[in-house]
Formats: sequence, structure tokens, C-alpha cells
Amino acid sequence: MKSGRIGKATLNYVVITVFVIFTAFPFYWMLIATFKTSNDLYKPANNPFVFNQPPTLENLKLLFNQTNYLDFVINTLVVGIVVVVITVVMAVPAAYSLARLAGRWGERLGIGMFMVYLIPPTLLFIPMSRVVTILGLRDSILSQIVIYPTFTIPFCTWLLMGFMKSIPSDVEEQAMVDGYSRLGAIWRVMFPLALPGILTIIVFAFTLTMHEFIYALAFVTASAHKVISTGVTTELIRGDVFFWQSIMAAGILVAVPVAIVYNLFLDRFIAGFTLGAVKG
Amino acid sequence: MSAPSVPQSSQVIEETPRTYWLDSERFLSIVMLSPAAVYVLLLVGIPFVLAILFAFSDVTVGDPTLDHFTLDTFQRVLTDPNFQRALSNNVVFTLISQAIMVVLANVLAVALTRNFPGKWFVRFLILLPWATPIAIGAIGWLWMFDSVYSPIDWIFRNLGLLKQIGVTGQVGILKNATNMYWLGEPGLAMFSVILVQIWRMLPMSTVIIMAGLTSISPDIRDAVQIDGVGWWREWREVTLPLLRPILLVAMLFGIIFTFTDMTVVYVLTRGGPPPNTTQVLASWAFIKGIQSGNLSEGAATVMFMLPVLLGVALVMLRIARRTEVS
Repeated sequence: MKSGRIGKATLNYVVITVFVIFTAFPFYWMLIATFKTSNDLYKPANNPFVFNQPPTLENLKLLFNQTNYLDFVINTLVVGIVVVVITVVMAVPAAYSLARLAGRWGERLGIGMFMVYLIPPTLLFIPMSRVVTILGLRDSILSQIVIYPTFTIPFCTWLLMGFMKSIPSDVEEQAMVDGYSRLGAIWRVMFPLALPGILTIIVFAFTLTMHEFIYALAFVTASAHKVISTGVTTELIRGDVFFWQSIMAAGILVAVPVAIVYNLFLDRFIAGFTLGAVKG
Repeated sequence: MSAPSVPQSSQVIEETPRTYWLDSERFLSIVMLSPAAVYVLLLVGIPFVLAILFAFSDVTVGDPTLDHFTLDTFQRVLTDPNFQRALSNNVVFTLISQAIMVVLANVLAVALTRNFPGKWFVRFLILLPWATPIAIGAIGWLWMFDSVYSPIDWIFRNLGLLKQIGVTGQVGILKNATNMYWLGEPGLAMFSVILVQIWRMLPMSTVIIMAGLTSISPDIRDAVQIDGVGWWREWREVTLPLLRPILLVAMLFGIIFTFTDMTVVYVLTRGGPPPNTTQVLASWAFIKGIQSGNLSEGAATVMFMLPVLLGVALVMLRIARRTEVS
């Protein structure tokens, strides 16, 4: 019995190790490559997983000084922050309305919001790029700022609606009995309680904009206006010249912070994603 | 829920008419909902209708006026062998990657429900592919699959699966060459695309299934374990039936994200090699609609995603209804 249990635990570790190697292996390699000299990297016989020559910071210097990477980062941050603001301003009242006020058709509209999120950008990017041209936003990050809320608002409204439903409506009713108006109750009582949910949608609205690729690729072709996801994949590769170490650096600098944030907010994200099929 | 607050708000009206309007639930709900609803309706609804109109017209970037409606576009798209290949690739990529992923995600989720030291860090490492923008992740894989410097090839060479560099007389087990050329021939290129699709979707499916596993009451597990049932029977007869709705959700998301994706193919293979053998609907539509400016053919191409999307949406609706009732 006991040896069986130990065997099970060992098997568990083996399984997890294999999977971790599969998921994290490219990132480990990206991290190593970031600091490798070209002499070390471009020698097929060299062990690719260790430093065969002392590490260098040259690749990071190249990335920040001789490419538009900093522009990409700034553009990504600007797009992300403005889209988050638009999303919060629109999704928070909408989520409250669907969770509390709108009654039966609110339920249906809520599901409708979720269904809109399921419409993929790849289905819409061709007419969207016409819309962007007509609005005169081509080759400007304004195009992303205007279009990205079309997927962040539905997703965040849905997520926050679920969160607000889990807060008992007694709290606002009590506040209104105490003499607050409905708006006063929302502002003084509901808002503070919903703050963790609002924080979650801020995080996910931001990361969704970072992940977006096809709209950014279709709307913006000018290098200085690109974001990380399109800039790194198109600008750091010129013809046949790949700035491999700098590309890897560009990737790892984005991947690690975002993964840490994901880890912190994961549970709420899952609750929203599973349509309440999981009740924690 | 709304009943007790109605008399409450009608008391307030007698003081100022302005508060009356802001306390009317119907008015308030419309005011709070409409900005989001209008924004989404305009900027998703209009392009959605345009996409359908484009597909039945002959518009291009050079001649963007919707003045002529025709079925010729569909005919041209359907008879194009590159489109046919893209459509079948889409189905193949989605089916194979989802089938493998459901198995892998289940195994990983079960392994991760156990507690062990450093679990937070392990979860972080497993989440990495999902947290990273897929364009960046795919770039990392582009190097993994490099024709000369591929780290995978280096491992294979040292395992004897490939020929060592500069060693004569030695034969590679997998291939009699020093490199696999992962992205250099259609079969391996398709394998690579599927591998990266599994890699990027695995974390999401795993955490969704984990959430399902932890929601199964420990009482049920204890009862089963007291009965001395083996793990396979426990999994098949207890866990799986309870897990089925959540498994379905994980699969539906996997299907949508894989079927509609273009980033992996665009970054890894650019549709080759040889040209247009690993193309998928989205990447083919991008080439047609954006790079060649043929809006109508691009739009008609992506229309073939709609049946799958509709199917997934209907199943999602049923799940949402069922959880609403319970």
C-alpha cells in the first residue's frame, strides 16, 4: 500500500516534469539565447542550452538602441491603457445593468455578449480594415484603440457580470433603505465590493490587447506605429537577416511579466470562461 | 429582487423629479447598458454584415464600392486548389491537435491537483505558452525548428537520431542527415504547426479541467476510495461523467481558437513549403484580402469558418442554459 503511494507520487513528478519541459523549454531557450554571443549561437555543434562562451549584454543593447523595440513597447502600452479605460468605462455599468437591473432579458443579453466574444478577429479583419480606412485611421495606433474594445468589452462585461451576480443584492438594498439612491448605493457599496472583479477585467483587457495580432497586422504597416506582437515578428526580421538573440530578448521581456500576472488572476478568469459550469 | 426597491424609489420622487429618473430601474438599466451595447453593435455588427456582403460581391481595394452582387466569387474561391488545401488543413490541424490535447490536458490536470512544494512555480511555467502573445511564442518555435541551428536537432544528433556533423560513416536513425528541416517539407511542417497549436492551447485546457476537478466534492472521492476502486475505474466512472460539461467547454474553446487562428501558420511557415501547402483559411484570407487586396475573395474564404462557429455557439448556449437552470 505504502510503496504504491510512493510510486504514484513519483509518477506524478515524472508526468509534471515532462510537461514542464514541453511548455517552458522554448522560453528557457529564449532566455539563454538573449545573452549568447553570435559566435556561440551560430555553431551547430555547440550545446544550445548552456553558455559555451561568456554571456553578453550586446543583444539587449542592440534591441533597445538600434531597433524600434522601444517604440513597439510604448505603442503597446498606450494602446493597452487607452483600451482598458474605454473598456472599464463601458463594461462596468453594462455588467451591473445585466447583473441586477435588466431582469430576464438581461440574462439573454449577457449570453449575447459572450457570443459576440466568440466571433474571431479572423472573421472580421477584412471588413474591419475597410472601416479603418474609411475612418481615416490606417497606419495609426488609433485604429487599434477604436477596434480593440470590440472584443474587450464583450469579454469583460461577461466576466464582471458573473462576478457582480455573486455579490448578494441585499447589500445595495440595505444601502437604499438607509437612504441612498440607487446610484449612491452603486457608488458607495457595490463599487468597492466589485473592485477585485474590476481589477481582473483591467488585467485581462490589457493582456487581450497585447495578444492581438491579425488586426494589428492588417491595419498598421508603418514600422514606428507597430506594437510588440507585430513589430517583433516583422521588423526584427529583415529579409533573411534574423536578429535572433534580440528577437528572443524581445519575447522573453514580454512573456515573463504577463505570465506572472496571469498566475495571480487565473482563478477568476477561469470562473468567467467556463460559463458558470464550474461552481467554486 | 427588484420588487422591494420599487416603493423605495417612488418615495424618493416626491422630493426631486431628477432622482426619479435615475432611480427608475428600467431607465437606469438602459442608460448603463447602451454605451457598451451600441459600441459593440456598431463596430462588430457593421463589419459582420459587410463581411457577408463582401463575400457575395466583387469588391477589391481598387474598386471598393458595393455595386455588384454575384456568386462568382464563391465559385472562384471554391475551385481554387489553394483554398481547398487551406480548408482541409484547418480541419486536420483542429481535429488532431484537439484530440491529442484532450488527453494531455487531462493527464496534466490530474497530476497538478496533487499538492507538492513549488506548485506555484510549476503552474507559472505551465502557463507561459498561454500568457505569452502567440506571435512571440511562435517566433521562439521558429528558432526551435531552424534548419541549421535547431536545438531539437542538436538533441536528436546526440541521441543518434540524426547524423553528427562532420562524422562520416554514421547513419541517423530518423533521417540520414544532420538536420530534420522541420519547416522544410510539407509533412514535417504540418506536424510543427500542430505541435505549436497543442503547445499554446494546453495551458488553457489544463486550467479549465483543473477547475472542474477541484469542484468535484471530496466526499465523492473519499467514498470511491473507501470502496477500493482502481484509478482507471474511478476516473472513467466517477470523474469523467462529472467532468463532462467542463471538458466540453475546454474543447469548444480549443476548437474555436485553433480553427480560426492564423498567427501560428503565418509566423512559422508563411503557408509553405512548397508555397500554400500549410495554409489555413485565415492565413489564406489574409493573403487574398489584405496582401492582394481582393476583399471579396478574402471575405468569402473566412465565411467557411461560420458553420463551425455556429455549431460551437449553439453548444455553448445549451451549456449556459443548463447551468442557469441548476
